Amino acid sequence: MKKLLNDLLRLRRGPWEMLASVLIALGVLMLMQPFSIALYTWSFVTTLTGTVMFVIVSHFPE
Amino acid sequence: MSQSPIQRVAQATPEPMARRIRGLSDRTIAWIFVAPTIFLLLAVNIFPLIWTVRLSFTDFRVNRPNRDVEWVGLENYQRILTDADIWHTMQATAHFLVWTIVLQVLIGFTLAFLINKKFKGNDLWTTIIVFPMMLSPAVVGNFWTFLYQPQIGLFNYVVAFFTGADPASFSMIGDVALAPWAIVIADTWMWTPFVMLICLAGLRSIPDSIYEAAECDRASKWRQFWTITVPMVLPFLMLAVLFRGIENFKMFDLVVQLTGGGPGNTTTLTSIDLKREAFEKWRTGYSSAYAVILFVTVFGLASIYVKALNKVKQR
Repeated sequence: MKKLLNDLLRLRRGPWEMLASVLIALGVLMLMQPFSIALYTWSFVTTLTGTVMFVIVSHFPE
Repeated sequence: MSQSPIQRVAQATPEPMARRIRGLSDRTIAWIFVAPTIFLLLAVNIFPLIWTVRLSFTDFRVNRPNRDVEWVGLENYQRILTDADIWHTMQATAHFLVWTIVLQVLIGFTLAFLINKKFKGNDLWTTIIVFPMMLSPAVVGNFWTFLYQPQIGLFNYVVAFFTGADPASFSMIGDVALAPWAIVIADTWMWTPFVMLICLAGLRSIPDSIYEAAECDRASKWRQFWTITVPMVLPFLMLAVLFRGIENFKMFDLVVQLTGGGPGNTTTLTSIDLKREAFEKWRTGYSSAYAVILFVTVFGLASIYVKALNKVKQR
């Protein structure tokens, strides 16, 4: 956990890509789940944040 | 001595033009060749995308081009993301997407595994299995509409044969509970051969020597399957899932032909709903926002998927 936080602070690609991927997956799940319309409402913001983050962090060093 | 075609072209080029070309660097010449493609790509792909994003913030209606276009900010997005009907459409799409991919991968891989065995008539069976993929989605839609007919449809009779139910007692297309499965079955029938072909390519790329080495180590068939076959076919399978996932997210023709989005809106997938908003209700700005939401979703999913695929390939 400490290593993960350390890598995030040092702007390393791996953990940031992981974070972006989790956001995208979460956003898509929120978009298509049948339980709460509030989650559906916030799904696009989550996916968009994850996607933009993914595009940016894929240029970070390994 | 005969000259090569290149030399003949060089000699035929007028001197002023030849002098101009000789003065260009390799990089410039490369750009001259690539520029038309880049221009076409920008005009056909990038410009419409940027224009769609711009339209998504307006109330533009393409059937009223002379009307003043108002900037509505995030209103279109807000309306889409609080609309219970569109939420239901997303769920219908998720149902279609998940089940078609699961079934196509399972059946496609099994078929590829069987076809990969050497037996008589192997090529003939491959051709027969691949046949549905070659048909037009409109034809497949029509074809399955007949198969699903409660009175004369073959599908109902086959189900009746195995379950003992009356063939006319259920309608795959007309029943709210069965219609989502009707489109899953038709799409699976049509596109499983595609997954099978990709898996077959993966299976045929595994060298026999690996299995021979495993035999020497007395590894069982079951162990060979899980430690050799599956890991080596996995990148191909993931590629098949990516292709089918993106394609099925955009699924339109087959479902329109088969159910038209009905009964009610149980089989209205996002692409069908989007088409209605854009070209039946003519709400261009609103449908542009809808399209942007779908684009971001597919783009995001494809990004993480490609990353996972690269990791599997590196292993």
